[in-house]
Amino acid sequence: MTKLNEKVALVTGGSRGIGAAIAKRLAADGASVAITYAKDTNAASAVVKAIERNGGKALAIQADAADVEAVKGAVEKTVATFGRLDVLVNNAGTAIPKTFEETTLEEMDRVININVRGTLATTQAALKHMKSGGRIISIGSAVGERVQVPGLVAYSATKGAVKIFTQALSRELGSRGITVNNVQPGPIDTELNPATGDWAVPQKAATALDRYGRVEEIAAMVAFVAGPESSYITGSNLTVDGGMNA
Amino acid sequence: MNTQVVLITGGLTGIGWATALAFAANGAQVVVSGRRDGEGQKLVREIRKMGAEAEFVHADVRREEDVRNLIDKTVERYGRLDVAVNAAGTEGVPGPVMEQTAESYSATFDTNVLGTLLSMKHELRVMLPQKNGSIVNISSTYGHTGARGASVYCASKHAVEGLTKSAALEAAGTGVRVNVIAPGPIETAMLDRFTKTEERKAGLASTVPLKRVGKPEEIAQVIVFVSSGEASFITGASYLVDGGKTAQ
Repeated sequence: MTKLNEKVALVTGGSRGIGAAIAKRLAADGASVAITYAKDTNAASAVVKAIERNGGKALAIQADAADVEAVKGAVEKTVATFGRLDVLVNNAGTAIPKTFEETTLEEMDRVININVRGTLATTQAALKHMKSGGRIISIGSAVGERVQVPGLVAYSATKGAVKIFTQALSRELGSRGITVNNVQPGPIDTELNPATGDWAVPQKAATALDRYGRVEEIAAMVAFVAGPESSYITGSNLTVDGGMNA
Repeated sequence: MNTQVVLITGGLTGIGWATALAFAANGAQVVVSGRRDGEGQKLVREIRKMGAEAEFVHADVRREEDVRNLIDKTVERYGRLDVAVNAAGTEGVPGPVMEQTAESYSATFDTNVLGTLLSMKHELRVMLPQKNGSIVNISSTYGHTGARGASVYCASKHAVEGLTKSAALEAAGTGVRVNVIAPGPIETAMLDRFTKTEERKAGLASTVPLKRVGKPEEIAQVIVFVSSGEASFITGASYLVDGGKTAQ
């Protein structure tokens, strides 16, 4: 595939789960890909190696999404290494599944800082380098629009924020030819949210397809939005949830 | 290359036409339908020139016997139906609520809502036993918001959104996915009829964050993606493709 040849993408939280799948897919489509990761150096270098094995270019940068200076540094390093930045995927995110009343303020701060503050800060840093044709793609969640299971109150609130952030920013960037979109996954089988176990039962049941999605099914949508064929899509919330919100 | 068998209702203008060409460019076998036989044959010639297979079947989606025949002819010709794009639609008779009549309501709802319903009914008749298929309906940004002077059109497109999600839930787990694309202002004859003057069209474009109206091909590409194997976890979804017009 050559849809993203000559393009440079930065995927935050790209060492595992959905982010790793997105990084690999964008690279397979021709982009040079930088990923950020919080802690797991081995997982990050495995993603880089997998991309390089297939002839792609990749770079892993340690940067906790909640650390604004680290995030800015990651954007600068991406541009310094690959010369430009065309696609930002705000994927870094976290959830602390427990009831709202049991959730501590510190836990809420952590979720808000990574999911919202990190997304805003990374986007701001990336926009300094982005030109016409640029793509801001955030990974929100189907629960940012409609919540069908308990235990995700703070997380859902942050994903609702990502949705409105996307819509609002699209208004400011349209005239620069930069699109801003929000891909909203339903339950996807990852380390953070495995398809087996008690926690998975109500989520699986909430989907119309009665299954968890695969990380590649999210990566495919992100690749489509990153590519040239999505040119009239901006400010859009693109749900990929096996019919959960229908 | 894909060898999908693709049916497009309302395939003879604007978005439907561009969608037929986009699927044909990917190697699909395409059945186009509509009410104007001359235009249908013209599109078939254009697709065949690209080296793809195509047929035209005359059908008025407001008439169930036409729709039944359309689906049956498609299956007779190509053996199955993988993708159905229900693009037949009309702007009806725009004007304020006070000027609407039972006739203007029917002129809009018969095509946009009944047509979509009958199309899905007969498409599902083939797709459910196949355990495979993608239905893509065409709504509008006016399926998400209200619009002065377009109340009946808006209502009809809201109805298409509801039909889509309900059909998606009914079909879920069978291998058939049902989704809806909601285009914003797209460079088509329908948009020209809506806006009437170039000045008004430019005025509309200026309200779109991307500062332009879209091209039919930009809708077609999204439909091709949603109908591809890459979209396997997507059903009951509604995607705005509107240059940001509705992000408000």
